[in-house]
Amino acid sequence: MSGAAATKGWSRQQMADRLVAEFQDGWIVNLGVGIPTLCSNTDLGNRDVIFHSENGVVGYGPVLPEGQEDLHLVNAGGQNVSLSPGAAIVHHADSFAIIRSGRIDATVMGAYETAANGDFANWKVAVNAKGGGIGGAMDLASCARRVFLLLEHTTRRGAPRLVMRCALPVTARRVVTLIATNYGLFEPKGEAFRAVELAPGIALDEARAATGAPLEA
Amino acid sequence: MAKSKLVPSFAEAVAGIPDGATIAFGGFAAPGTPYNLIRALLAQGARNLTCVANTTGGAHLPRMPDIAMLAENGQVRKVVCSFTAATRPTDVLPFARFHESGEVEAELVPQGTLAERLRAAGSGIPAFYTPTGVGTEIAEGRETRVFNGREHLLEHALPVEYAFLRAWQADEAGNLRFRLAQRNFNPVMAMAARTVIVEVEEELLPTGAMDPDSVHTPGIFVHRMVRIPPPPEGLWPARRVERAR
Repeated sequence: MSGAAATKGWSRQQMADRLVAEFQDGWIVNLGVGIPTLCSNTDLGNRDVIFHSENGVVGYGPVLPEGQEDLHLVNAGGQNVSLSPGAAIVHHADSFAIIRSGRIDATVMGAYETAANGDFANWKVAVNAKGGGIGGAMDLASCARRVFLLLEHTTRRGAPRLVMRCALPVTARRVVTLIATNYGLFEPKGEAFRAVELAPGIALDEARAATGAPLEA
Repeated sequence: MAKSKLVPSFAEAVAGIPDGATIAFGGFAAPGTPYNLIRALLAQGARNLTCVANTTGGAHLPRMPDIAMLAENGQVRKVVCSFTAATRPTDVLPFARFHESGEVEAELVPQGTLAERLRAAGSGIPAFYTPTGVGTEIAEGRETRVFNGREHLLEHALPVEYAFLRAWQADEAGNLRFRLAQRNFNPVMAMAARTVIVEVEEELLPTGAMDPDSVHTPGIFVHRMVRIPPPPEGLWPARRVERAR
């Protein structure tokens, strides 16, 4: 993926900020690798949200600049983050017990593609690739109360990432709640996506042209 | 009083590990990863190893000792990991070519399932059901069962012969404490293993000096420990260098 800001609509940080606006006071939210790590940089106002990282950190905040980091403390992406007041540390089996037992109100993940039926794919880069990177994605996708995705609306070649059915091997089926892309905020509705909100400068027709499934207003 | 479990060198700590051994390696990203013990195992040379860890080693630099290096050294038969290839299409993990060529077998396991399989092995539980992975490629051809109206996948315990860990503090009886995100897989791997070898960051405390209420891994699970010397002799992770994307 390009390091440059998305060419149209929201920047990556704006995508993250828009999704963070959906977080409710008191939620426990897991942030995955990639664009989702930007969510811990967003100002939460007066909402108390606890960020959970799969490696057993319950309560963390922004990535710290060089010189201020604690090398014993990383988020899911291996970045050195800050601890929030009231944080707790658990081992890996307990961290995933928190996940599997339904304590995570929302999980935010990156994805290669997502489908109108709520499937999504984020662990294998090609159908015939050998191996992959599942990490905690399948546990989170299967067990979190809400699955939020953050991804560019299209591939670098312009192919839609919001599609009718996933072509890549899925991470979980029929689980996606909400999707933020550079084009806006979308939800899967079964046989179509619904545009909850479009980013400034993105027209509905333009979003429809870049989406691989019907898009309802 | 029991004898100290401290051994004087990493070489002595990994001596006697046989060909064909199954070894779990603690750590998630840098914290808790037993870099010094992996380096000693590279020199020790045991072959046909089965390596259990979160990842085979990342694509980032500077590179620290990892499972892919053991593969490059011809020591690995199989890996059991939650990452065996990169998730960013532009990254290539150093391990990938060994999997692609068929030289090393790879079992890809969701991370929570990996942790729970180790926990089960250390808890006398032979198998369990989890909702994770149902409906995906990893569940194809495998036993599932419906509980409370939901399909679950059967997973088996993952016992290991050895665990290599990195801890923050220890006493001579082998009681361990981890600091912050260093804990990760380390306590469950200790319980899943028959022989547990630990590299320790702080100077060892005498037996009796650690508050029993603050022990993360009891010494009954721990067999050998080595104090990590200061750099450059000992390996200490630095901040990860973020590469341009």
